[in-house]
Amino acid sequence: MKGLRNFLEKHEHHFKKGGKLEKWYPVFEMTDSFLYTSPEVTKGHTHIRDGLDLKRIMTTVVLALIPCVLMAFYNTGLQANYAAEAGTLSEGWRLAVMTASGGADSSSIGSCFLHGALYFLPVYIVTLAVGGFWELLFAVVRKHEIGEAFLVTSLLFPLILPPTIPLWQAGVAISIGLVMGKEVFGGTGRNFVNPALISRAVLFFSYPAAMTGDRVWIPADAMTYATPLGSLAHGGESGITWINAFLGLMPGSMGETSTLACLFGAAVLIATGIGSWRIMVSSLAGLVSLVLVFNAVGSETNVMMNLPPEWHIVLGGYAFAMVFMSTDPVSASMTRTGMYIYGFLIGAMTALIRVVNPAFPEGAMLAVLFGNVFAPVIDQYVIKANIRRRGRRYAGC
Amino acid sequence: MIEIYLSLLVKSIFVENMALAFFLGMCTFLAVSKQVETATGLGIAVIAVQTITVPVNNLIYQHVLKDGALAWAGLSDVDLTFLGLVTYIGIIAAIVQVLEMGLDRFVPKLYNALGIFLPLITVNCAILGGTLFMVQRDYTFGESVVYGFGSGAGWALAIIAMAGIREKMKYADVPKGLDNLGIVFVIAGIMAISFMLFSGIQL
Repeated sequence: MKGLRNFLEKHEHHFKKGGKLEKWYPVFEMTDSFLYTSPEVTKGHTHIRDGLDLKRIMTTVVLALIPCVLMAFYNTGLQANYAAEAGTLSEGWRLAVMTASGGADSSSIGSCFLHGALYFLPVYIVTLAVGGFWELLFAVVRKHEIGEAFLVTSLLFPLILPPTIPLWQAGVAISIGLVMGKEVFGGTGRNFVNPALISRAVLFFSYPAAMTGDRVWIPADAMTYATPLGSLAHGGESGITWINAFLGLMPGSMGETSTLACLFGAAVLIATGIGSWRIMVSSLAGLVSLVLVFNAVGSETNVMMNLPPEWHIVLGGYAFAMVFMSTDPVSASMTRTGMYIYGFLIGAMTALIRVVNPAFPEGAMLAVLFGNVFAPVIDQYVIKANIRRRGRRYAGC
Repeated sequence: MIEIYLSLLVKSIFVENMALAFFLGMCTFLAVSKQVETATGLGIAVIAVQTITVPVNNLIYQHVLKDGALAWAGLSDVDLTFLGLVTYIGIIAAIVQVLEMGLDRFVPKLYNALGIFLPLITVNCAILGGTLFMVQRDYTFGESVVYGFGSGAGWALAIIAMAGIREKMKYADVPKGLDNLGIVFVIAGIMAISFMLFSGIQL
C-alpha cells in the first residue's frame, strides 16, 4: 500500500497546474480520493459537527442499496429459472452458461444468483462504461471533479430497468440522463431532477414496448408474464401472495421488487440522516390517504380502484422510489415543511397514476420526477411564508 | 353533470397542459419565468383573462358565427365561421384592454403588480389557443367556463414551476453555449417529460 501512495505522490506534480498531464487532473483526483482520504486534517476543535462530505454520503447510499442489489441478483435469477424450468426461456448465451454450470434450478440459491448476475451485470457494466465516459468527458473539458454521485446514479439506474432491456437502450438512456439531466447544469448538486429518473423516463416514452410490455419482465417467448401491477391494471389477478410481494419474489424491474430490501435501505438512510424520514413518511401518508379515498369510492370496472393500501406499498416500484429516488438530497425539497408537501405530492401522484392511468401502472418513478419538477417552487413558497411570518412576529419590535 | 366538469378541469390542467403538452404561449413562458413572483402575477393574469375570454368567445361562436347560429335573426343558412380567427383576436384584445382599465381604476394595487404582463397577454398564443380548442370541440357555455379556467390554471402552474426551477438554477454552472435561453429549453423539455405521466388518462 505504501508503494501505491508513494507512486501517486510522485506523479502528482504532472497533474498540477503547469504539469504536462494537467488536463487529466480530474482522473487523478478521482483515483486518489477514491483510494485515500485527504491528508489535510483539521487539528484541534472545530465548529464542524461531522465530516459528512459528498463522498461519504454517496458511499452510504451505495451501502444502503446493497440489499436491493442482492435481491436483484436473486429474484431476477429466480424468475428466469422458473421460466427455464417451464421451458419457455428463449435460447441465448445466458441459458448456455446456465446449462454449462449445472442447469437452471429455481430451488438452488446459487443457481438463481448466477442467472440473475448474468442479467444484471451486463446492464450495470454498460451503464458504468457509457456513463463513466460522459462523466469523464465533462470533467476534463469543464474542469470540474468527478463526483461520487455518479456511482449512485449508475447503480440506481440498472436497478429500475427490466431484465430484458437491450443493452444499447440502457446506454442511450444513461447518456441522455447524465448529459441533459445533470452535466449541462454543471454536474453533481446543480441538477434539478434525478438523472437516473430522466433516463428511465426517456426509456419509458421512447421505447414503451421494451419498458412496459407484458413480456419484458421475464425473458420468456411463449408465455406472457406481466408484472402484478400490470395484470391488475388490465383487470386480471395478480396471482401472488402478499408476503411474496413484500419479499420481492415476483416479476418486475431488477432491483425494485423487494419492499424488505428497500426497508433495510431506508433504515440505513434514516439512521445516518442522509435520507429524509420526513419525505418517506409524508409520501406514505399521501399514498395511503388517496388510496383509502379511492377504496371508499370503489368501482365495478377498475380493479385498481379497490386495491387496498398495503398492496399498493409492496407492488411495483413504489417502495424503491420512496426510499431511494424521492429522498435524493439534490432534487428533493430542502425546507422541512417543503419536504412534507413534496413527499405527500409524490405519494398521492403515485396512487392517482396507478388508479386512473391505465397506460403507466408502474408510474411510481414518473411521480417522483413530477415531484422533482415542483420541489423548487414548493421551497420558494415555504421560504416566503416563513419570511412573512417572521416579519409579522417582529413587526412590533 | 358535475363529473363532466370535474374531469374537464383535470384534463385541461394536467393532461392537456397548454404549456407542456401543446407548447403554447412559449414566448412568455420562456421569457417571463425568471422569478417566482412575477411568474405568479403573470399566471394569475392568464387565468383571469382565459376564464373571461373563452366563455365570451363561446357565446359569440354559438350565437353568431356557427353555421346556422343566426337563425334567431332569420338568417338560418348563413355560415360566418370564416370570420372566427379575426373576431376572436379582436375580442381577446378588447377584453384585455377593458380589464386593464378596470383594474387600473378599481384595484390599482393589482394593476401595478401585473404591470406590463397584462397587455402582453394579448399576444399570448395560449389564450387564442384556448378559444380555438373550445371552438374545435364545440363546448357548451358551462364547459367553456371550466375549460377557460382549467387551461389558464395549467399554464400558470407550468410557468410558476419553471420560475422555481430557474431561481434554483442560480447555483448551476451552465456551459456557455447553452446559457440563458438554451438551458430554459432543456428545462422545458424535462418538465414536459414529467407531465407526460398524465398522457393516456381517459376521462
